[in-house]
Amino acid sequence: MSARNRELIGLIPASLLVTAGFAAVFIQRGAASQNQLSSLSLTYGAIFLGLCLVAHVFLRIALPYADPYLFPLVAVLACFGLVMVYRIDDTLARQQAQWFVVGLILFALTIIFLRDYRKLEQYRYLIAIGSLVLLCLPRLPGIGAQVNGAYLGIRLPGIIFQPTEFAKLGIVIFLASYLRDTRQVLVSGARRVFGVTLPPLKHFGPLLVIWGASMLLLIVIRDLGSSLMFFGAFLAILYVATNRLSFVLIGLLLFGVGAWYLGTHVPHVVDRVDVWLDPFNPQRINTTGFQIANSLFAQADGGLLGRGFGGAIISDPFNHSILPAAQTDLIYSLIVNELGLVGAVGVLAVYLLFIERGFKVAMLARDSFSTLLAVGLSSVFAMQVFVIVGGVTNVIPLTGVTLPFISYGGSSILANFVLLALLLLVSDKARRPDRSLAR
Amino acid sequence: MSKPITRLFLVIVVLFALLVAWTSRWSVFGADSLRDNPDNKRPLFAALRVKRGAIKADDGTVLARSVRASGGTWSREYPTGSLFGHPVGYAKLISGQLSGLERSRNDELSGTTSELNSILDQLQGKRRAGNTVVTTLDPTAQRVATDALQGQKGAVVALDPRTGAVKAMASSPGYDPNVINSRAGLRSLNADGADAPLLDRVTQGAYPPGSTFKVVTAAAALNSGAVSSPDAPVLNGDSPATISGVPLRNDDRSWGPVSITTALTFSINTAFARLGERLGKRTMADYMHRFGFYSLPPLDYPKDQMISSGERGPDGRLIPVASPSVDVGRMAIGQDKLLVTPMQMAMVASAVANGGKLMAPHLTDKVVDPDGRTIDTIEPKQYSQPMSARTASELTTMMGHVVEEGTGTAVQLPGIDVAGKTGTAELSIRDHINQPWFIAFAPADNPQIAIAVTVEHSVNGFGGAVAAPIARQVLLSLLR
Repeated sequence: MSARNRELIGLIPASLLVTAGFAAVFIQRGAASQNQLSSLSLTYGAIFLGLCLVAHVFLRIALPYADPYLFPLVAVLACFGLVMVYRIDDTLARQQAQWFVVGLILFALTIIFLRDYRKLEQYRYLIAIGSLVLLCLPRLPGIGAQVNGAYLGIRLPGIIFQPTEFAKLGIVIFLASYLRDTRQVLVSGARRVFGVTLPPLKHFGPLLVIWGASMLLLIVIRDLGSSLMFFGAFLAILYVATNRLSFVLIGLLLFGVGAWYLGTHVPHVVDRVDVWLDPFNPQRINTTGFQIANSLFAQADGGLLGRGFGGAIISDPFNHSILPAAQTDLIYSLIVNELGLVGAVGVLAVYLLFIERGFKVAMLARDSFSTLLAVGLSSVFAMQVFVIVGGVTNVIPLTGVTLPFISYGGSSILANFVLLALLLLVSDKARRPDRSLAR
Repeated sequence: MSKPITRLFLVIVVLFALLVAWTSRWSVFGADSLRDNPDNKRPLFAALRVKRGAIKADDGTVLARSVRASGGTWSREYPTGSLFGHPVGYAKLISGQLSGLERSRNDELSGTTSELNSILDQLQGKRRAGNTVVTTLDPTAQRVATDALQGQKGAVVALDPRTGAVKAMASSPGYDPNVINSRAGLRSLNADGADAPLLDRVTQGAYPPGSTFKVVTAAAALNSGAVSSPDAPVLNGDSPATISGVPLRNDDRSWGPVSITTALTFSINTAFARLGERLGKRTMADYMHRFGFYSLPPLDYPKDQMISSGERGPDGRLIPVASPSVDVGRMAIGQDKLLVTPMQMAMVASAVANGGKLMAPHLTDKVVDPDGRTIDTIEPKQYSQPMSARTASELTTMMGHVVEEGTGTAVQLPGIDVAGKTGTAELSIRDHINQPWFIAFAPADNPQIAIAVTVEHSVNGFGGAVAAPIARQVLLSLLR
């Protein structure tokens, strides 16, 4: 069976999920307010499936050899996200659906205009600087938007734009390109000092700069989660590029020291760490601890099998939310609440499958840049899932990162569709039969 | 570069395993403690969406029911108003404030079931609904008891001694649970000078029992063999008697040698105080424990709305009978530092009435699910056996004399033999403020009802004159 036919079959679970999900939410609402079941749900589902099919046909033409599982896995996540967002608020779901359309257009444009994605290497410093500027934008007066003490958004007319989402792509592209050049030197020039392999100082410098940048990021945007996401992706690419565990350990040590210092000295970060260590402290459960405590209460309410789509309680009788930012940060808690541990593990499994396919792409790639790019994209994606799910389950301090393809939010959807496009581009090139050998 | 990629993937698998572990920690393994966290308002909001079951009297009268409120929620209504305020209690679900049966039967009323059942219900598409709790309470008797108190502060409790079923449980002043839902309503009930209407005097009122306690002393004396015959003049009724080094006098006269029957019939203090000293602290403590003193009543009622009966120090803490500060002679006549609840004294009467076997009192008769099926019936349960059937029968005869010719003649019913014991604890001799008591059961030959009545701060009131007539009316309504 050809790759594209496998992809088409892979879309079946997504279509079943979106139809069943919307029907479930509708039945639940109908039972609650004694209204009749509306056909609107099926319209949503049909339009969404139509979009998936259009994208599939586009991939058939543009990237016939690309990995057949990446797109259906994203479709499952996106359908799922749309149902969850719809369950919270119809208006948000309509906007989310519009963002999907825009996202798919951007996805197609990326594939058309970056067909030869390796030309990205030529602009790597431009991309790196552009990404750092993007990251600092939220601190600029006038356009910066502070949410819960962290500077994560830029206020543009009509929308709040989250630059981190795009910056992560730029930084991964830069790192992949930079380490392709220097990985040999880093390894061959390494010396052993006291039994630890240290890279040559000249080339280690830029890496220290990146460490410094991520620490700066912590201070500038006050967000431990984003910083962890960037640094994790950096260490992943570094490790694959050099195959030196010692570099990773040094990196982790440096990050640990930096995080410890900031976690004990920067007031906003200190607050987050305090809440993380003692989420149920009654003194702050209605202030700084409200979000994480209610995230955990929601998960407890879900249990093994959950309350079913639309079955969870997300606001009190006065219509005040008891699950703050349910459509973005806490959407995973709502998933546990409504689908239980079983449903949540299912979602995590889909993410893990996506990441596994991403690494597979990296292994099949025939040049170092492609490999490192695929590793970086998959790792930053994995770290993003870890940071937000780890945050709402209190594995690490909670920070506002979106759950890719599921959370509500335009920036997140657009950036992650570009990420998917890049992975598919790398994959298509890697799996393309070599005409020169065949001849 | 495929080896480091594989290792990297393994690291990510480990990270995801952490996520799964933590998710299961909150959603499954640690879920119960999170649900019970007082800061978790989720169960309260969930409770608002459940049609809570009704609470009914033994004849089907609705005492509490759910009515539709805004936004798919339900609110609570109490059609009988203040009449059943204490036993039924209130449910202010939005703030999670519950009392009375609304609290002690909350699981049944809110339809909380086991995890397995809830999964099964979910698969069958059933919505959670509360069960109806049918009580043992008799609306007529409750009305008679409430009216008979005539607005005086006090309490009436009537039990079926054969089963422990509570037939009437009235505490005055009462309160209307319907006002709980307004903020001002709750505040007014808790206001100073409102005579603490939320206090359930049946289970929370701590009063000196006066001479009603002589029934416990007599049971101890007869059952332990210290007094072998109820009619032998083996007690010393001389007045004054020196009890714990301090003289104790009878109100009326010096009686000389008397039988325990005579001593009980005419409530002779010196005879019982000497008897108490003779029995000693160990025997008295043993029999008090058998009757349920020093423990919370085994009633299906919230634990913090009940107190134990026994000797209490100035700080309100229970003191064991064995303590050197206890004057066992005065305790034997219901004085010293003894404080009891009306429920406890009803249990004393009930044990004598039921041939020496004390049945655990209970307010709930059965639990009925929304489909009308009885899912739980509360079977009568023996709490203890304080005395032999023989002792109980002798005590019944003695308590019959109290009503026939002694201090309790005001309770006499036409055609029915009543056995009882009066009590009048003196709170202030100078101001003549008393705590009148009466405990009784009827019919004496086949007891169906045991009752305890007390009235607070009665000026010049005596048990036989104030409490006994109230008991009489309630007995009459229940034996009609």
